[in-house]
Amino acid sequence: MKPAEYYQRDRTRQPPALTPDYKTSVARSPRYAMISLQQSASEITGPTFGHNDIDPIDNDLIKNYARTGDPVGERIIVHGRVLDENARPVPGTLVEIWQANASGRYRHKKDSYLGALDPNFGGCGRTLTDENGYYFFRTVKPGAYPWRNWVNNWRPAHIHVSVFGHSFSQRLITQLYFEGDPLIPLCPIVATIPDPEAIDQLIARLDMNASVPLDSLAYRFDIVLRGRRSTLFENRLEGN
Amino acid sequence: MKQRLDYLKESPSQTAGPFVHIGLAPGAAGFDIYRAELGHDIAGPNAKGQRIRVEGVVIDGTGSPVKDVLLEIWQANADGFYAHPEGGGPVEDGFRGWGRVITDFETGEWGFETVKPGQVAARMKLASDVSDRVSTAPDRQGRTERHAPMAPHINLWLVARGINIGLNTRMYFEDEAAANALDPVLNLIEWENRRATLIAKRAGDRDGRPVYRFEIRLQGDRETVFFDV
Repeated sequence: MKPAEYYQRDRTRQPPALTPDYKTSVARSPRYAMISLQQSASEITGPTFGHNDIDPIDNDLIKNYARTGDPVGERIIVHGRVLDENARPVPGTLVEIWQANASGRYRHKKDSYLGALDPNFGGCGRTLTDENGYYFFRTVKPGAYPWRNWVNNWRPAHIHVSVFGHSFSQRLITQLYFEGDPLIPLCPIVATIPDPEAIDQLIARLDMNASVPLDSLAYRFDIVLRGRRSTLFENRLEGN
Repeated sequence: MKQRLDYLKESPSQTAGPFVHIGLAPGAAGFDIYRAELGHDIAGPNAKGQRIRVEGVVIDGTGSPVKDVLLEIWQANADGFYAHPEGGGPVEDGFRGWGRVITDFETGEWGFETVKPGQVAARMKLASDVSDRVSTAPDRQGRTERHAPMAPHINLWLVARGINIGLNTRMYFEDEAAANALDPVLNLIEWENRRATLIAKRAGDRDGRPVYRFEIRLQGDRETVFFDV
């Protein structure tokens, strides 16, 4: 048995393109159905990254933009594993994150929210998973922030997460939310996901065992990428 | 006892949001933090083949340019090989085949420089024990050659605010009409008039490189074909 294509993406568990309560999706969602492809080399390959591409400090958001001291906010560790749907670890894959600071303000020239910038906080990090698919970051817990959708929408505290996997068909961007946040059920972006169990998969759990006493709390967030099938029989080979 | 399959389920996607640049292109967000941002050099200095420039814009359902898109590029080298262990063959030292570009905040224009990819084998390379078997045994139609290779193309993936899950598409080249006519993916699109949405137009030269123009329309008139890969 040799590994072959990746499992079909379960689109019933993924957010559809058109989700009118998230208003920006209305004009940015295709109206025609996607064309489904049997995978070729274009889809089962993808970029690879190595330790030359990044620096060790890149996964420490408390230090990687520090100018005069540490950033203000709740010190946390975010850690977990990147697995595939077969529960196999995905080693050596690039994980990138970005987030607002403790005030809910992004260090972005297009963010005009009145929450204050933190001179010691950039808000982005990146790392490679180890041989067990494990990753970790240190950061401050981001604040909630308002956004123009309905007049009084607030995003729950969240960290954006980007993962590559080993093929372009595994490419995924998602958001991490925090256990117990009462804004989660109110958010139209969270609600684009049709399946409550799938939403729950994006909620990081408080992990006291991984916290550092008198220093940092920890949250655990595992990420699952598409799994790859093994070739059992392959006698119908047309297609793309 | 109920039988249960023990597969995990893929994490659900969420939009990259309006501030995707902070994480993936911090220079564009207005600050420098990393030694080097990723995705700026697609082909590298040693790549064989024709140097080209690709430019375009992403247009929403109202006809307006989308000014906060992030696009990623994945392509083969001039021999049709990907920079990946299963990429079909060797690539030049420094050839990544992957890039990342953002749209201009004022105009929505994006562009990148690379080499024109070669033709890629139509299906993934099969395990040798399987491919040996099929190459000697004709299929049900009596063919041993299964199909044409894929025409030169660049795989694109785009994310932005308002896009809940990254959109996959492909860019083909106007001046590869013969290969495009045989391309198995283009031929999968039964509405022939939609195939043109995937074909970049030749738009003159700049700095000695041919320029290809590729407009991506998210919705409505001449909506670009997107793929579930």
